[in-house]
Amino acid sequence: MRDAIRFTRNGTIREIRDAHPRATLLDWLRLEERATGTKEGCAEGDCGACTVALGRLIEGRVVYEPVNACIVLLGQCDGADVVSVEDIAADGALHPVQEAMVAHHGSQCGFCTPGIVMSLFTLYEEGARPVERATVNDALAGNLCRCTGYRPIVDAALDACAAPRDRRFEAHREATARALAEIAAAGEDLFVGDETRFFAAPASEESLCALLARHPDATILAGATDVGLWITKALMEIEKIVWLGRIEALRETHATPETLTLGAMVSHAAAHEALAAIDPDLGELMRRFGSAQVRASGTVGGNIANGSPIGDLPPALIALGATLHLAGAKGTRTLPLEDFFIAYRRQDREPGEYVRAVDIDKLRKHDVFRCYKVTKRFDEDISAVMGAFRLRLDGRRIASARVAFGGMAATPKRAPLTEAALVGLDLDDELAWAPALDALARDYRPMSDHRASSEYRALVARNLLFKALAEIAGAEGTRIAPRIGGLAAAE
Amino acid sequence: MNIRHEFDDTGPDAEPLRHVRKPLPHDSARRHVMGAADYIDDVREPAGTLHVAIGMAPKARGAIRSIDLTAVRAHPGVVRVLTAADVPGKNDVSPAAGDDPMFADTRIGFHGQALFAVLAETRDAARRAAKTAIVEIEEEAPSVSVEDALERAETVLPDYGFGRGEVAPALDGAPHRLQGSLRIGGQEHFYLEGQAALATPGEEGDIHVLSSTQHPTEVQHVIARVLGIPDAYVTCEVRRMGGGFGGKESQATQWAAIAALGAHLTKRPCKVRLDRDDDFVLTGKRHDFRSDWRVGFDDEGVIAGFAVTHNARCGYSADLSQGVVDRTMFHSDNSYFFPAVRIDTRRLLTNTVSNTAFRGFGGPQGMLMIEHVMDRIAWATGRDPLDVRYANLYRPGADVTPYGQTVEETDTLRAVVETLERTSEYRTRRAAIAAFNDRSKILKKGIALTPVKFGISFTLMHLNQAGALVHVYQDGSVHLNHGGTEMGQGLYQKIAQVVAEEFGIAIERVRITATSTGKVPNTAPTAASSGTDLNGMAAKIAAGAIKARMAARAAERFGIPQEEVTFRDDRVFAGNESLTFAELARDCVMHRVHLSEAGFYRTPTISWDRANAKGRPFLYFAYGAACSEVIVDTLTGEYKVTRVDILHDVGRSINPAIDIGQIEGGFVQGMGWLTTEELVYDETSGRLRTHAPSTYKIPVASDVPEDLRVALFPNTNRMETIYRSKAVGEPPVMLANSVFCALADAVHALDPARPVPLDAPATPEAVLRACEALRGNPLPGSAPGGGGRVA
Repeated sequence: MRDAIRFTRNGTIREIRDAHPRATLLDWLRLEERATGTKEGCAEGDCGACTVALGRLIEGRVVYEPVNACIVLLGQCDGADVVSVEDIAADGALHPVQEAMVAHHGSQCGFCTPGIVMSLFTLYEEGARPVERATVNDALAGNLCRCTGYRPIVDAALDACAAPRDRRFEAHREATARALAEIAAAGEDLFVGDETRFFAAPASEESLCALLARHPDATILAGATDVGLWITKALMEIEKIVWLGRIEALRETHATPETLTLGAMVSHAAAHEALAAIDPDLGELMRRFGSAQVRASGTVGGNIANGSPIGDLPPALIALGATLHLAGAKGTRTLPLEDFFIAYRRQDREPGEYVRAVDIDKLRKHDVFRCYKVTKRFDEDISAVMGAFRLRLDGRRIASARVAFGGMAATPKRAPLTEAALVGLDLDDELAWAPALDALARDYRPMSDHRASSEYRALVARNLLFKALAEIAGAEGTRIAPRIGGLAAAE
Repeated sequence: MNIRHEFDDTGPDAEPLRHVRKPLPHDSARRHVMGAADYIDDVREPAGTLHVAIGMAPKARGAIRSIDLTAVRAHPGVVRVLTAADVPGKNDVSPAAGDDPMFADTRIGFHGQALFAVLAETRDAARRAAKTAIVEIEEEAPSVSVEDALERAETVLPDYGFGRGEVAPALDGAPHRLQGSLRIGGQEHFYLEGQAALATPGEEGDIHVLSSTQHPTEVQHVIARVLGIPDAYVTCEVRRMGGGFGGKESQATQWAAIAALGAHLTKRPCKVRLDRDDDFVLTGKRHDFRSDWRVGFDDEGVIAGFAVTHNARCGYSADLSQGVVDRTMFHSDNSYFFPAVRIDTRRLLTNTVSNTAFRGFGGPQGMLMIEHVMDRIAWATGRDPLDVRYANLYRPGADVTPYGQTVEETDTLRAVVETLERTSEYRTRRAAIAAFNDRSKILKKGIALTPVKFGISFTLMHLNQAGALVHVYQDGSVHLNHGGTEMGQGLYQKIAQVVAEEFGIAIERVRITATSTGKVPNTAPTAASSGTDLNGMAAKIAAGAIKARMAARAAERFGIPQEEVTFRDDRVFAGNESLTFAELARDCVMHRVHLSEAGFYRTPTISWDRANAKGRPFLYFAYGAACSEVIVDTLTGEYKVTRVDILHDVGRSINPAIDIGQIEGGFVQGMGWLTTEELVYDETSGRLRTHAPSTYKIPVASDVPEDLRVALFPNTNRMETIYRSKAVGEPPVMLANSVFCALADAVHALDPARPVPLDAPATPEAVLRACEALRGNPLPGSAPGGGGRVA
């Protein structure tokens, strides 16, 4: 048992024993380190002003990802290298992305700039070449700038990334790899605090079960992209935190021709490629999932476990067909993903039980899939409506259908009446689609909130089903951004 | 990808310039990218600093029955709680009207209004403690919407209107008449640095405050008012803000004053830094409107008469609403001539946070409304919307605004629009879009080209003044100070360029220093796009006076006439002699020449008699035009702005890189206002439901059109402004009106026989509602922000 959080910063190993379990990385940087370059803009992981790079040892190499320091808990930095904006200009010589930001007039008020620099830093250091404009836009989707209109920032990124790669940071990366290897100490549980107030990170599921049996009231922490807000916004007095981030088994991805299994702690970033391989729409859904920072921290299991009615992944996975694996002191069990969601923010999860993995049923021959996320703003926004459709075709007829929506009910939910009405439909007879389209109104009674009115949601849901059918039937000109890989990629 | 930005230097200056007109980087650019530029929360606070959190009202309207602070006071770490009873001076933080209590003490005006402040050893303790108060309110139903306020007939300021000619006969006599209502949403500033202030007590009641404010003088004055001490006891300093956009013109004051009260009472430094959600709830926004209009016009779309009533939702107090709504009136013509016109306004009281200044200051709403009317006329006559705009554009002989000022640059206005029409290939693209829309069932494209004419000067006349303080030290380094504040717009850099130019020295020799009421007193806010016009001139006057004294000394020393002394390349030339600027500075000190000067400037020529609605409120107008193209998914209302061409007039630019930054940034901010930024208030409780970036969506990088072409229009300010430049802060916001009109144009393709009932913001829901209306199936209800109501 280890009683200190250990990570590196600027080549030094830091050991933290006395931090509050709720302490965030941002507060530690600003209040303890007095490293005030990293800013708090929103304290909810949305504006990116607090972006820092976290490096983790992956197969001997330290790989850096951008994270929102405002909602990353200090304990989650265990085993990582923390790089903030002060750390990348070596001996006063600016990093190439910093140079380019100055040369392109990429800062005005400058408050978002450190976070933007750090997002571009990870793009520069980890991104493939050449870097396209769309890639830069994706890297910046989680960084709000209110002054510049972004054009000079994007130009700066393109310019910096087009030049021959600057290798200065590699020395830091290599030295850090040695330091992180030294502190990794696999198999050792982490427990900082006492029985009433702690941050714990068990290294195995066995230890996890034992800990949860002792503390069924503890808050299970995955990526903290939601729990972080309970702390910074709701000011919840969370005293016991069990972080799943050190259990290797939960980070595993396994694929067979029929099934993709994602461990609960697989981050959205790590899951992106495997999901995109199932269908390009899933890839696009993942591209638009939060932001680069959120995808680096947030996990597949966390997105399911917290049961948001508008969580993006569950509707898509329910439509595909997914099986959830839960585990706890009493053993393990499985259930269809749709059965996990009972009511608004109420899931079929016992105290002390945790989400272990999800099996996703891949598309077979004659299967087609579509999903659409409708938001106020394309990138880094939460769905007003999220619709997902898996159809099995028998020639030009629909043999079976799975339909699920987010944003249309208190939970992610299947549409049984619509599914039934879809079976047997002829793709070439548009007039015959009406009963299936009409059935949606009986499957869902959406509510009005600040994202959309109930009338809008109901109409959009109907139109998305229409769009899916039209696309599968072969219609073109249905999307502002064409479906990657063409309209019939999965057939 | 086809992004470019151009600037064209229009001919030589009288003398070649070394710094002015150069695209130099922002003075803090290197510090920004290194995280080394300090904002208030980054300044190392003095030992013993207390942290302040605000206690907020749980209801929107009603009398306060009781506030039980027992638990707040007992919370660990709490040192003191401040309420209205603790205010030694006047419990008022308003800019003018006396209707903004620092802490509500008898009645609640809006949901979330400040009731008390907690001072604690840590920010965390203060925030937690603030939530433990027990507040009882005799709740009344709040006024939330324009309709609520109209029904109750409650206003924060008297109705005001002006016009010209007889509108009723003009309307009645016109071949065609239309009328309608346009809803225009508000906007949250979303400066990335939230409101912040650090107040430190000095001896005998002195207060020094660091405030993230556009208006240090007002912060100073209000602190003195609240504490009941003379202004001279209070010094307000601001090095930089992390964005302002008008949101720190009057709205920064309250937090600085609360910090100052805490410091005054505890004798300990006190810091306020609002949490983002609290900042959304506690501070004012752009005014939202319902504008009811009537227009009469002929077959060509030429307007004969126009009448509008702007119903402005001002929130619970007056704040700056007089100036804001007046500016809406001054811009209800945008670039168009009305033979007969009547512009009326109502300044409505709603139980929502008090709306305030926001880049454009009411102008954008007036201009959006008339652009919408232009589209309505085009749809009614079947003419191209651009041709309707041309038909009504100010022109010689039809060049007098509704308030009596003559538009002197009608040639510039027309040239800007015509040039952009050509360079954007508007006509060709219009035809291509029509062809696309004929083929495409689900996706529709739209295009619009709209002009901008924006009046430059504060319409409150006394604000058109500025001061600067320049010192030359004996090593030849220069200390520069002025009344303008730096919020990212590059003001400090532009003025440093002016001063370096004046002295002929390297810009690195000019040390930019934080704005302080102790150095330059009685300043205007940095607002109304006037920062460079006013402070640049004041700094030039100050530097020029010192330079003249230095030249006199050089002339004396070398025995030549003073006019023959020149300053360039860090040297001073006198006949055949020369010496470095530093040598002359030392020589001046040795010869007792005064090397410090307070420069002062006031805008000439302008006047405004509000009571009689007469005068010349603006020194000049800034012009621009934008052409936007969009594509809309008519099944979901989603859309993308695909190409934007901008041509903008900044006169002769002092710094073209900074000016282009203002143009692009202003355009994108305006685009956000008209598209994805939707403020939603709960209709029954009055609570703001979009109070964080998770729920309030400003543009991100991918929203910016991939094809963005920005150029500066080659022009010279005909007025004697600083280096013949024009103000640039606000006018570009209204270039975004073209995006709104292009969206309406795309929807219009669904049924050219119907007008498009599109309100702002044109969220995907609002756009889909408009599509459904054109399809003849209008959706019941309204978009969350109130748009798209079925009339």
